[in-house]
Amino acid sequence: MIMLEPRDQPSRLMQWLSPLLAVALTVLCGVLFFSYLGLEVKGAFYVFFIEPVSSMYGVGELLLKASPLCLIALGLAVGYRANIWNIGAEGQMVLGGIFGTYAAMYWLALPSYLLIPAILLMSILGGLLWAGIVAALKNWFNANELLTSLMLVYISFQLLLQVMTGTQENLALLQDPNGAGFPISPLFEMKAMLPMFSELNWSLWSTTRMHVGIFITLLFIPVMWLLVNRSFLGYQMLVAGQAPAAAAYSGFNQKKLVWTCLLISGGMAGLAGGLEMIGPNGQLQASWKPGYGFAAIIVAFVGRLQPIGIAIASLILSITYLGGESAQSSLSLPKSITLLFQGCLLFFLLACDLFIQFRLKWKPKNQQKTVGA
Amino acid sequence: MINIIKKPLLQLKNISKVYPSVVANDQINLVIEPGEIHAVLGENGAGKSTLMKMIYGVSQPTVGDIFWQGKQVSIPNPATARKMGIGMVFQHFALFETLTVVENVALALEASEFNLSVLANKIEEVSERYGLPINPYQSVHSLSVGERQRVEIVRCLLQDPKLLIMDEPTSVLTPQAVQTLFKTLRKLSSEGCAILYISHKLDEIQTLCHSAMVLRHGKVTGHANPQQETASSLAQMMIGQALPEVKKAQKTFTEVRLSVDGLTTKSASQFETALSNINLKVHGGEIVGIAGVSGNGQNELVKYISGELTGSSQANNVVIMDTPVDGKNCAQRRELGLVFVPEERLGRGAVPVLDLKYNALLTGYSKNMLTGGAIKWIKPKKLQEFTDSCIEDNDVRCGGRDAIAKSLSGGNLQKFIVGRELALSPKVVLVSQPTWGVDVGAASFIRQELIDLASTGAAVLVISEEIEELFEICDTLYVISEGQLSPATAATDTTVSEIGLWMAGMWPDGPATLATNDNTAAQAQGV
Repeated sequence: MIMLEPRDQPSRLMQWLSPLLAVALTVLCGVLFFSYLGLEVKGAFYVFFIEPVSSMYGVGELLLKASPLCLIALGLAVGYRANIWNIGAEGQMVLGGIFGTYAAMYWLALPSYLLIPAILLMSILGGLLWAGIVAALKNWFNANELLTSLMLVYISFQLLLQVMTGTQENLALLQDPNGAGFPISPLFEMKAMLPMFSELNWSLWSTTRMHVGIFITLLFIPVMWLLVNRSFLGYQMLVAGQAPAAAAYSGFNQKKLVWTCLLISGGMAGLAGGLEMIGPNGQLQASWKPGYGFAAIIVAFVGRLQPIGIAIASLILSITYLGGESAQSSLSLPKSITLLFQGCLLFFLLACDLFIQFRLKWKPKNQQKTVGA
Repeated sequence: MINIIKKPLLQLKNISKVYPSVVANDQINLVIEPGEIHAVLGENGAGKSTLMKMIYGVSQPTVGDIFWQGKQVSIPNPATARKMGIGMVFQHFALFETLTVVENVALALEASEFNLSVLANKIEEVSERYGLPINPYQSVHSLSVGERQRVEIVRCLLQDPKLLIMDEPTSVLTPQAVQTLFKTLRKLSSEGCAILYISHKLDEIQTLCHSAMVLRHGKVTGHANPQQETASSLAQMMIGQALPEVKKAQKTFTEVRLSVDGLTTKSASQFETALSNINLKVHGGEIVGIAGVSGNGQNELVKYISGELTGSSQANNVVIMDTPVDGKNCAQRRELGLVFVPEERLGRGAVPVLDLKYNALLTGYSKNMLTGGAIKWIKPKKLQEFTDSCIEDNDVRCGGRDAIAKSLSGGNLQKFIVGRELALSPKVVLVSQPTWGVDVGAASFIRQELIDLASTGAAVLVISEEIEELFEICDTLYVISEGQLSPATAATDTTVSEIGLWMAGMWPDGPATLATNDNTAAQAQGV
């Protein structure tokens, strides 16, 4: 009989092995899946995992998608370490997009070197606002942040429709006056857009859509590492997450921690939304559902809630997006293949995480003594 | 003693229990005759509970044989143990607070016996016979701790046990209630029921038990007739050395450093105790003790002083170092010179999964360990030095500053926490249950630390259930009962039995005397 036996101490090896195992199991699952569909496995794998990054353009796309995932997950991880479960980064990102678009449309009088920071600050503000609602509800009314943050995602989609859909005569706030009533914003002016690598004459990247926004993400990796591992605030969050009574005993202000964690994650999700707007998107559309806000939850966990791990995990998740797209075009598989792989990854990760606290043990079945008296 | 069966009731042969990191029991041999009251003596962590769990079927021995009435058996689960005639009263009761006594008892019985009114009669019958008065229809949440223990005992007795295991039964009782319990146990023994009595209290074992087995580090270090041993010879077997004596210092009291003035609170739920007009004062250099059976408001009082709970009916009724602290949180109170050792070590006084460095930081951060303005950064070097000195100065046995808090034994972790708090040069020290679950050696070390600290001028407030401990170290005593605090009395002016009566609420104008004026002695027995 196979038994699960609790370990004395959580296994450090499994802590790092678990995400790798999860990736391996996801790949294995893909093999079974492809062969069940009658596809040639090797070819399907090439299409899914290799082809998307076989060109410089592909590498650029990989980084373009990894960047918001990484940025959002870095923020989420801070809260998760403190047991504060913001799962509504998607909504905070949408708010960031809306606020950023407002600035990009109406503040064009500003010079470019002020306009871009203003757009990004506005998008941060949008994320802060949306996450701030969650924090206020939690602190003032003891409302569970899992529920409120998730519900606010759907409200954010409604809000997006609200500011994007009007008629030609009666335009909505962010609607393009020359857009024939379509629910889209105008294409942003060049001065509102982040400079692209190709415009900077970086010849290696000339074929890509890469823009300087990625440097913001790269900057946040060491900043968040310091915050999490070297600051007293990061320590307080860890204590509040691991032992709330100890945090109260020490006198940490728990309400302030709730505000801090949610505002950090919300602000970073909002920033990611703004970067999407004035980076690859260049325009806001009513149908915008980025998806990064939810996928970033997986990134945070696969990355073990540590900034370096998150950076790596964001690349792994990013490839499931690209692979999904190329599988659509080359293998005629549905778009949901991306979600399938993401789901598998999270599922296997959670399953493998069990072995951090437990180990498997064989137990012989037959014991020969009499039972009872 | 009645000896119907010639064979021993229970015999353990070379029982060992091996856990991945520790040998909890190493080749234990034990023989129990019917009607015998057999003590198992040992410090916390000596392996007493592990052994009892194997007898009661909660866990299985790694090696070794169990014989019951001469036949070799294995006991796969507690249900089997109960069928065989083994009952156990755990240290932490397993009762459902929202159910009545009879419903709780019914839960442990076979479904076929489920007839509440018949069962209620049985409970009354058994409880009268053994002097354990109890109302079968009362809800458990309204029972005192002593009464809850009676429910547990009656529940075992209903199954006609041949062997009753009692795990530290007196840790929650007043001295008078202990005497009542002993009467019951002696009656049971005279009827042929054997009792395995687990304790680390030497005097109890000497008055009650016929024979004793002493455990240390999972091994049997001796068998003894406790009536022929002295407390110190038993202690020697238990801890491997003579008991260290705590030295008291010359006393001079200075100004009032901590005062509580008319603190009255409401309970947030039925499981909390409301405090009623609490008044107390602690001077510099003084050690003040608060005795009481657990659950009488100690937790709430401690939290109102530490700052974990704030806001009461009246403002400014807790004053630390002449500063009213109403509305100030724990950290702000610490800045005034308060330190605090809570009764829960894991999860409150320390974070179980973090290492000792990060546990030192929990309250030690004020000792110049942070730098920076809006965002504060940790100074790793200062933190390491502070942690190392906490470990070295207090003889904390551990794997160094990187050891995880929950890997330490209870006594060592408590020494670390006490050391951390006392290293903050406190002006006022609040300590709750300083030696709960702590081995004898560490306990006397901690008591000595408190006495030494008071002699340097600090005000010390100790809340404890162990009366002997309070008499050993305190200058002034209070007793808490049902959320009310007795008047202060000098430790030299009172006796253990007077404090015992007070623990039942029977000081002049105490909660028990207000309820009933006559029959007070019987009341005291009842708690």
